[in-house]
Formats: sequence, structure tokens, C-alpha cells
Amino acid sequence: MDYIVEMNNIRKEFPGIVACDDIDFQVKKGEIHALLGENGAGKSTLMNILFGLYQPDSGSIVLRGKKTNIANPNIANDLGIGMVHQHFKLVHNFTVTENIILGLEPTRALMVDTRSASSRIRELSKRYNLNVNPDAKIEDVSVGMQQRVEIIKMLYRDAEILIFDEPTAVLTPQEVQELTKIMHSLIDEGKTIILITHKLREIMSIADRCTVIRWGKVIGTVSVSETSEEKLAEMMVGRKVIFDLDKKEARPKEEILSLEKLTVNGKDGGHGLKSFSLGVKCGEIVGLAGVDGNGQSELIEAVIGLRKPDGGKILLHGEDISNLSIRERIEKGVAHIPEDRHKHGLVLDYTVQENFILKNYYQPPFSARGLLNWDTIYEHAERVIKDFDVRSGQGVEASARSLSGGNQQKAIVGREIDGNPDLLVAVQPTRGLDVGAIEYIHQRLLEQRDQGKAVLLISLELDEILDLSDRIAVIYNGELVGIVDADETDENEIGLMMAGGKRGAAV
Amino acid sequence: MKTKVRVKKDFYMSFFAILLGLLAGAVLMAVTGNNPFEGFFYLFRGGLMNIERIGNTLATATPLIFAGLSVAFAFKTGLFNIGGAGQMLIGGLCATAIGLTFDLPKPILLTMIVFGSLIGGALWASLPGLLKARFNVHEVVSTIMMNWIAYWVIYYIVPQYFKGPFLETESQRIPEAASLKVPWLTELFNGSYINLGIFLAIIFVVISSLILERTTLGYELKAVGYNRDAAEAAGINVNRNIVLSMAIAGALAGLGGATFYVGFASNMQIGVLPSQGFDGIAVALLGANSPWGVFAAAVFFGLLHTGKGFMNAMTAIPPEVADTIIATIIYFAATSVLIERNWDKIKKINFAALLNRGKKDSLKAGSGGEQ
Repeated sequence: MDYIVEMNNIRKEFPGIVACDDIDFQVKKGEIHALLGENGAGKSTLMNILFGLYQPDSGSIVLRGKKTNIANPNIANDLGIGMVHQHFKLVHNFTVTENIILGLEPTRALMVDTRSASSRIRELSKRYNLNVNPDAKIEDVSVGMQQRVEIIKMLYRDAEILIFDEPTAVLTPQEVQELTKIMHSLIDEGKTIILITHKLREIMSIADRCTVIRWGKVIGTVSVSETSEEKLAEMMVGRKVIFDLDKKEARPKEEILSLEKLTVNGKDGGHGLKSFSLGVKCGEIVGLAGVDGNGQSELIEAVIGLRKPDGGKILLHGEDISNLSIRERIEKGVAHIPEDRHKHGLVLDYTVQENFILKNYYQPPFSARGLLNWDTIYEHAERVIKDFDVRSGQGVEASARSLSGGNQQKAIVGREIDGNPDLLVAVQPTRGLDVGAIEYIHQRLLEQRDQGKAVLLISLELDEILDLSDRIAVIYNGELVGIVDADETDENEIGLMMAGGKRGAAV
Repeated sequence: MKTKVRVKKDFYMSFFAILLGLLAGAVLMAVTGNNPFEGFFYLFRGGLMNIERIGNTLATATPLIFAGLSVAFAFKTGLFNIGGAGQMLIGGLCATAIGLTFDLPKPILLTMIVFGSLIGGALWASLPGLLKARFNVHEVVSTIMMNWIAYWVIYYIVPQYFKGPFLETESQRIPEAASLKVPWLTELFNGSYINLGIFLAIIFVVISSLILERTTLGYELKAVGYNRDAAEAAGINVNRNIVLSMAIAGALAGLGGATFYVGFASNMQIGVLPSQGFDGIAVALLGANSPWGVFAAAVFFGLLHTGKGFMNAMTAIPPEVADTIIATIIYFAATSVLIERNWDKIKKINFAALLNRGKKDSLKAGSGGEQ
């Protein structure tokens, strides 16, 4: 079979880094080809070159056997290349039709002819089973629907080569399954798909072939049927990745956190938390599983002190802390890895060293009599970035903003664990991170447990919950559905409980 | 390292804004049929030509330094203090009231005036701070309203209690002992109206800089300003910091009021909001919200204000041109925020484009040579 896309010896340099280092990349017609690599490996740069957003410094692009020069995205469109960006490019107060025809509006008697356009969109939607309403406004439709609008936008422009940049990052598990179906129906209609991702499981379930990129270089192209998740991970990270965490037997001790009939009213008509009781012991990881928006954020905010409970008690070491301030709780040993690292975790305009003292700047040795001790702060930060493998171009004096997502997260984990907390509330601690960073953070959480500390893990990723937890509590509608031992359960059972089914009810 | 890079960048931005402002002034002078070189010569000469003029430049700059510091300090905590004018009035009122009420030796009286105006301004400004912290009332609205409350308070109190001997609309002159003007300084600067306020200003520039860079208080205030949510989650009391930041900003503006009403002037007039309160916003903007930047910007504005009369006397250029230059500088300083926001992008684009062009050119040159 001939290649539909051939990128030969593509090289692209940015000041200070080589984003693409003589990359060779070939895609066959009618295949789903995955482009795998860690954050910053050069995947997106390569695809932006193919889409005409960047010009390569050297190398050539051959499309359907013909050497071409793609100077800008319009030329890429004309050549049948379409791209769905990670952050959708849609006008929110326009309708679906208006968004799709943007840039090539059909006109009749000087008026935009939306009617013919929307009938064509309806037709495309039917043919590919996309279920898109052409008259809906973007601001009213779900994220999954917005993505399908982006897909129709490509199809409307007769694209044959479809590039998807991290398409599943914003989708729920159900929407991911739907997207998989859509991709297959696109292939059946003779399209070719390039899928940029760092999720191994997705590649295994969707793609035909996979090209792995690391540090701007191609490591190899493999056929998915002849490889495994482990092999792909090794190619991507450059060393063996431990999937089976080195998890020792838990040795739980006394209960440190007890929630007794905790009730928190929901905000904006949410479920809130209804008479929720849960205990977490020293030396164990308790996972809280549940579909997003079932009371998790109310629970977290009540425990760390961002919100006053409307009923019930929060006991730490047997002492009621529900009326203590956030600082008093921190001083009593509650640490928190927040879900949104930019909003609650870091002061992005502060340097790394300043961020490391965010919770204890007022205590010795970092300050005395209200004066900051910069030498100690610097030494402390130097030690923490070493201990927690935080990589930053300018060391501890770089602004937190300049760090990559994974390193920002490691910095937060470093700060929280370095404070030697008794209870660590970890919320989605590996969200949006690549394999290497995920593995690292998981190890650190287990270490906490093995040192006799308690960890309350809240995550929407069921795998993460199953891998790490000793006990799993399932929350639905603000209520506790049940608590199960991680060794005695599986994805199916937890899944049923997440939908509200009591344990044993299904059996 | 990073902070140094930042300071350098801010410096270039402000320098650029001033340059463009002066250029716009030059165009204006040329269009109105005057010689720009002559105009600028007299404008700067007017502010610098002798020791007396330099003294006047510094005296004009003094309240501006305080007003600028006030805005810059609040801004570090993410608050926009537009109430500088009202806070100056209250500070000035406290200073004047103390000066007219107590008959004490100069050092004691001046100390009382300094602390009185500082506390007055702080209390006045902490009210919008409290409203913000407690009820989330936006500080822009409440500080503007506080300006008018201060305006009418002066309108009532000055004629009622401190009426001047001749006019209903101004207070009595403060006695010699209550003035920040001191004979040795006036003589040193050849009869200029420079006063002790400039030393106070320098002291408070240093103090502000130390608070922001060296203390846990400054660390907290900036953390709240940069990211309120993260500060709160880290256990910092956000509301306390908002009130504190406004109080400090008010204290600075209140001191500015004292240097204006019992230093630069020697009585208070009713029915006037001091324009320095608003000019402070421009000073803070041009000074990139850093204390020493504010100092430099205020002295520069002081220079233009002092020189414009001389320029008008020596040429046909109207003094409004100097005001126009100031306004244009503010305009460019404000838009330079846009430039700064895209600074990295701009740098990257230029760099990459130049690199590419250089490569292509050299390639072309190379192949041309071979042929």
C-alpha cells in the first residue's frame, strides 16, 4: 500500500530546543496511525508542520506521492488535511452551522445561505452517525458534541487526512467509546486518521500502527497488534515502566480521619454531601470513586477547610476540626494536592522556591520576626527539587508558570509530602500527566502509606483508584454507596456502585 | 535572576513609553509651528537649570511619590486603589488639624503630624478594604465614593473649625512649627519650596520595598494578589490581607496628603480633590508598580510639571503641551502592558524569522556563488 503522507527528515528548531530532530513519519491510506510521546516530545510541533502552522527548517513533505509545500492552514485544507485541536476553535455564541461554514460561507444574493449549509451538515451527521444538531448554539452543547462539530467541520471541507490532537483529554469514558466508533466509521468511508496522544490504552484499542517520539526523535514505528502497552511505554519513556506498582501489604493502624454524618449543601444546585460517614486509618490509602459531580468537591472542601459543613463532624485524631481554619488544619497535619493545580496549587507568578514555602513561610526556619530568610528558603527549595525530581530550566528561581505541567504537579506533591503530613488528601494527583510522572507520583503516595501516614485519594480514573487504594469508598449522589476492599473487587463492581447500585444488589 | 530580568524588561517598557511620549510632544510642537528642540530645552531647563528649580522639581514630586506608592502597594495585592485623592485629603486634614490645634516644639509637632496623617489615611482606606473583604464590594466603586465623602468632609470641617482669617473657602495658615519646610533646606536650595517631605518619601520608598521583598507580610500580600484561591487554600487569611493592604495604601496616601498640605502648601482649600491622587495611578503604571520605579516616575513627572511654566515663558509653546506629553506617556505605558504580555512571543517571532531569513540568504548567497 502506498503512503498517503510522508514526512522526510523534518527538522524544526526553536530557540534553545530542537522540537523535531530529522523526523521520518509515514502514514498509510485508510489507517489510524497514533503518534505517541510524552508532553513536549515534539508530537504537536510535527503535526502543526503538517497542518501548515509552522514551516520546517529542513526536510520535505510528500502527499499522495507528490512533494508539496504547505505554507499555511488554508493550503492544508485544500490538500484535504483537517485538524481537531486539543482546545477547540469554536465561536461560542454561534450556531453549529455558523461555526462550520466560517471562512467559506456559501452565499445567495449577497446573503449567507445557511439553509443549504445546514442541510449538508445534517446529511454528514447522518452518514457518520455524529448526531449533531446544526441549529444548536455551541455554548449550549456538551464538550463531546463540540468535538463532533469540529469533526464535521473537517468533513465539510472534504478533508481526507484527519489529525486529532489529544481528543480524549476532555471526554468522559462513554464519550471516548463513542469517539472510537466514529473514528472507525470514518475509516470505513476511506479517511485516514492521525491520532496524537500519550494514553497507551487508547492506542491499543483504536490504532493500527503507532509511531513513538522521544526528545524530538523517532524511536520507532510499530504495528499495534504486535506490541504491548509495556513495550510502548518503554519506547516512550526510554526505560522500563513499572505498571505493577511495588505495593506491599498495608498495615493500617489507628483511625486518623473520621467523617461522621458529614452534610454539606451543594452549590449551584449540586448534590452536596448527605450524611456521609467514612474513616481513614494511618498506613492505608482510601480511594474515593465516583462519577464527577457526585459530592467529591464538597467532601474535599469540607475536609481541608475551604467550606464549613452544614452538619456532622470531621474528626482528626479524635478531635473535631470542622470549625478550625485552613491554617490550623494544615498545622495539625492535613496536606492537600488540589485538583486544579493552577487555581489552588500554585502561585504561578511566584518562583519555584517561593511556592515551596506557601504553607509555612511564617514559621522558622523560613522566617524570623516577620523577615523572610532567603538563604534557607533557597537551600530548602534546592533540596526539594532534587528529592522530588522537579525539572526546571532555571532551577528554583524559575517562575512556576515556566514549568511543564508534570513538573508543576511534582512541585506540589513535593511541597505537600515534604511537610510530613499525617493525612494527605490527594485529588486527581496525576491528571493530564505523562506516564513517567504518573509512575513517580504513585510511588510517592505508596511511600507515604508505608511510612504509616494516611492518604485519601479522590480520582475520576478508576484504574488509579484500583491500583493504589487499600479500601475503596464509592460515592453517588452525595451518599456513600459502600466501602470495599481493593483486593476483593474489580472494575465491574465499582462501576455498578458508581451508578448507585448497592453492593450485593446486583448479585 | 528572574527578578533581574523582569526589572530590566520593565525598565525598557517605561523608557520606551517616555520616549514615545516625548516624540508625540515633539510632533505637537512642530505642528503648532514651534521648534521642538527649543521647547524641550526650556522644558527641561525649567526643571533643572539651578538648585532652586531642582528643589521645586523634588517638592512637586513628593506627593506624587506617595500617591504612586499607595496605588502600587494596593496593586500588588490585586486591589485597584482609586481613592488616593480622598486619602490625601484626610491625611492633609489630620496634619492641618494637629498643626493648628497644638502649640508644641517643631520636632514633636512634626512627629505627631506624620503619625496623625498616616493613621488617618490608613483608617479612611481600610473602610473600602473592609467592605471588599466582608461584602465583596468592588474597591474601585467604594474608593471613588470615599473620595467624594472626603471632599464633603473637608467642605464642612475646614470652614467650621479652621476657617481662615479672610476667606471662607480655605483654612488658616499653619504655624511655622507645623510646616515640613525647614529654613536650612530652603536656604540650601536657594529659596525653593522643597521640604522634609522628600526625605519622608525616600524613607517610605525604602520601607515599601523592604516590606514587599523581605517580609512575610509582603509575601502574603503578593500571594493574595497573584492568586487569591491558592493563597486561601494554603491557609493565608485573604480577607485580613485585603484590609491590611488597603490600610497601608491609605497610610501612604495620607502621608502624601501631609507633604502636600503642610509641606508644599501651607493651608487647605475646600472644594478641590488633589489631582496628585489620580496622577498616582499614572506614576504607579509608569513605575511598573515597583517602589523605586514609582520614585523615578514621580520625579520625572515633577520635572515636567515644574518645567512647563518656564517653557511657556521662554517660547510660544503653551504649557498644555507638557500635560499632553504626560498624557501620551501614560497612554504608551498602559499599552506597553500589551506589548509586555506578548513580549516572549514577539521575541520568538523576530528571532525565528531573522534566523530563517539569515539562513535562506546565506543559502542563496552560497548557491549563487557556486553558479
